[in-house]
Amino acid sequence: MGFISSFRDNLGAWINKIFKKKRAKIGLYGPPNAGKTTLANRILKDWSGEEGTFGTVSPIPHETRRAMRKEGLIIKANGSTIELDIVDTPGMATKIDFKEFMAFGLSEAESKKRAKEATEGVIEAIKWLEDLDGVLLVMDSTEDPYTQVNVTVIGNMEARKLPLLIVANKMDLPNASPSKIKAAFPQHAVVAISALEGSNIDSLYQAIAAQFG
Amino acid sequence: MILMREVHMDLISEEKMENMTSMEKIRLILDKVKKGKIVVLESGLTPDEEVRLIEMTMTEIRVDEFSGIEIESYPSKKTGSFLDKIFGKAFKGRMTVIGPANQIHTIEKDKYQISTKVSVGD
Repeated sequence: MGFISSFRDNLGAWINKIFKKKRAKIGLYGPPNAGKTTLANRILKDWSGEEGTFGTVSPIPHETRRAMRKEGLIIKANGSTIELDIVDTPGMATKIDFKEFMAFGLSEAESKKRAKEATEGVIEAIKWLEDLDGVLLVMDSTEDPYTQVNVTVIGNMEARKLPLLIVANKMDLPNASPSKIKAAFPQHAVVAISALEGSNIDSLYQAIAAQFG
Repeated sequence: MILMREVHMDLISEEKMENMTSMEKIRLILDKVKKGKIVVLESGLTPDEEVRLIEMTMTEIRVDEFSGIEIESYPSKKTGSFLDKIFGKAFKGRMTVIGPANQIHTIEKDKYQISTKVSVGD
């Protein structure tokens, strides 16, 4: 990153701090199967007042292979209101092997097609990073938090001086350990939720209002 | 009789990398990894270079040829130098290991240690 882009990023961060933007474009990021789309659907259901979803969810990784966007969601929490444009991005990965999908029962042709689309999805997720005001990084609380995807997304948000909120998802599962995530990334706010069941979701909305409002 | 198989590792110094552009670094890494080599970078990549490496990897994935990379690094460190911040080098990469996804597998990783297993002959 050169001097001009660094100066531009710093200037943008200062302007945002001074004027406290009340509208923000935030991306849902994380590894495949962390529950990004389940959370996006939950936010949509809670605040849009309309039926519909960001996308389908599946136990097969890379179900979301195109970024989905909803604009103008009004979230009210902590006595403040924030208008969000939310981008649900495909799962970030450093490797995609079609054989992984065949293990879930997909045919070879379906698996190869899914793998191709998944690689395109990762690229699209990376492109979106340049066009956001902040990120909700969704992690699976039952998994090791030190994945390279998590490290890379956090590193990029810190380098761009953009706000980041870590969502420790799947707290409803017996082996969930949100405390591991908090210990791994102590410099960032972490909210433990179950996007599937809606547990502690109000705390997440309060944190969103505080972090991005 | 024990059959010995070889793993080719390239340990690349900070001095070599600091004179290269981001694209040169990414190309160097991917060319080596696609040949089955394990690359260890003394000083790692910046967060932006890491994400560009992932992006470039995605464009080069081919069925039955190359399924991607395994990359493990420690979180970037903030540098204290004012000049580094002015010139956009506020974050310094740290030791990083990168290899073909079908050969290198992370066993365990925490703040202080990365344990990986390298398989040969796949």
